[in-house]
Amino acid sequence: MRKSKSLSALIFFAIGLFLLGLSNFVDELRAYQGAQVGIYVIAISSIILLTGFSGQISLGHGALMAIGGYSAVLSYNHWHFPMLLAFTFGAAVAALAGFILGMAAARLSGPYLAGTTLALAVGLPSLANQFHILGGEQGLSFDIGEAPKWIADKTGGDFTQYKWFFWISVTCTLFTMWFIKNLLQSRFGRTWRAIRGNSSAAALSGINIGRSKVLAFTVSSALAGLAGALLAMILGLVAPMAFTLTLSFTLVTGAVLAGVSNLGGSIVGALVLVVIPEITDAVATHLGGSEKISANLPGLITSVLLILTVIFAPNGPQLHKRNKSGKAKTQ
Amino acid sequence: MLILDTFLIGLSSGAIYALMALALVLVWRSTRVVNFAQAGQAILSTYIGYEVMNRTHNYWVSVPFAIVAGAAIAAFVDAVLMRALEKRSHKGSVSEIAPVIATLGLLGLIRSLTGMIWGNAYLQYTSPASGKGYEISHHTIPFSPQNLIIVIGALVVMGVFAAVFKFTNLGLALRASSFQPEISRLAGIRVDRIRTIGWAFAGAAGAVAGALVTPTTYLSPNSLDLLLVSGFVAAVIGGLDSLIGAVLGGLILGVGFAFILQYIGTSVTFSAAFFILIIVLFLRPRGILGSKIGRRDA
Repeated sequence: MRKSKSLSALIFFAIGLFLLGLSNFVDELRAYQGAQVGIYVIAISSIILLTGFSGQISLGHGALMAIGGYSAVLSYNHWHFPMLLAFTFGAAVAALAGFILGMAAARLSGPYLAGTTLALAVGLPSLANQFHILGGEQGLSFDIGEAPKWIADKTGGDFTQYKWFFWISVTCTLFTMWFIKNLLQSRFGRTWRAIRGNSSAAALSGINIGRSKVLAFTVSSALAGLAGALLAMILGLVAPMAFTLTLSFTLVTGAVLAGVSNLGGSIVGALVLVVIPEITDAVATHLGGSEKISANLPGLITSVLLILTVIFAPNGPQLHKRNKSGKAKTQ
Repeated sequence: MLILDTFLIGLSSGAIYALMALALVLVWRSTRVVNFAQAGQAILSTYIGYEVMNRTHNYWVSVPFAIVAGAAIAAFVDAVLMRALEKRSHKGSVSEIAPVIATLGLLGLIRSLTGMIWGNAYLQYTSPASGKGYEISHHTIPFSPQNLIIVIGALVVMGVFAAVFKFTNLGLALRASSFQPEISRLAGIRVDRIRTIGWAFAGAAGAVAGALVTPTTYLSPNSLDLLLVSGFVAAVIGGLDSLIGAVLGGLILGVGFAFILQYIGTSVTFSAAFFILIIVLFLRPRGILGSKIGRRDA
């Protein structure tokens, strides 16, 4: 057991080195998009953890990302927290919010939880206008500065801002995936799976369902908060406009496309979310479409994908296939 | 006087919330789905009303078109999307939330479609009724002819619904098939078809809400988002499966919002919906008129 763990740690490390090395060979835009993919991977994983493994739904993770983003920026700008600590602080505050929300959520089933988190996603960003410290519609700027000199020197001079974003994002993403993977193999992961399988049986075996669901919500919120802080980093600011209802919906879409109970799928989901606007942009310019078309085409395609997935492969493309082959074997 | 004024403001917005809540409750009762796409459906029907008004230059002609469109869209959604979803309802953790996600996808789809056709700019869909408050003994009350139309429109819809549900065979079939689908089927009711008709009624209610509220604000692909949330909160206050509860919930929420707006400030209204919802769910999760089972996990 211990051997396989250190092996998978090694694999994560190798992937990390490969990706960081890769950043030397891509242009600015790709590095930026790479950072974006990393952030989406974290955010989608947080939803997969919540929905796929503990059976709760959240349409409000955009709001939790906002909480993480604002907390990180405030702590960085006002208290001059170091960057890493600011990110951790963002995740911690989001976790606290998620804990409180989770207390309410554990009492609610499907549609009520969906509606409550939806109300949060619609309501929370507007609070920025209520409190002066949050900067209103313009938001707050967030400048983490350039990469430390020793990193730039080691890699040979030309270390751009976007490349630095990419490095931070990749490191955080790998760390997060490593953390979730281990968490799902731990006692807590087993507990969540047990509840997902059969909640009555799990309760009879002595699992405290409510507490377990609140824990899932808290962890998921912490991850969403981290993703929010990273998003604030690459955008260079936090503002209500960055954390709209559309963001929350996008994350759910990504999770469903990923297959909601498949952690590795989050990478697929994240890639799809970043690539689709790129493709539709190309298509729209090629067809000479107006701004109306190009602005709405990505949303149209992701929505159609979402509907088709949920009708034809509700457990995600991969799992659907696996189930089918499993059935064929038993017959 | 201020209290009375605030109450009047709440009355007309409450009427709109009540209509939206009615739409959500009607669908919930028959299909056990909270139809988040209702905001999208109402937006689409309102855009259709807007187009008709541009051609005819008459608001009153455009409203019936919007209502028919809203009913048709809803019937289409049920007959195509919801039935496809049910046929393929899989077991597993996702099956419970699949309908919610499907309606979200539909909301996104309609938003992007309307954005493509009409653009994301704010359009004006105006009614001829004045937005200037009536004057009673040199005091302008915050209740305009426009508000009067909203309240009357909502009352008409509620009256029609009440009459249909109470006095017609269709109403009986609607109530029976949402109460006990299996037994209704045995009794010879075409439950599927009745359910689609129920969706059409819900769509019509949503379309009226959209057509009535838009002249007081503006029209854009997501201008009804807050209305969806308010409608949901109103429906939860009312118990989510009671039609009368939906109306009461809407009025309570409308008046509550008006007082928050008056005494706390305008920018909290968005988040107020969330906090009111949380409070209701903690204090009285089955709403004021809801049945006992429902929102808690067994």
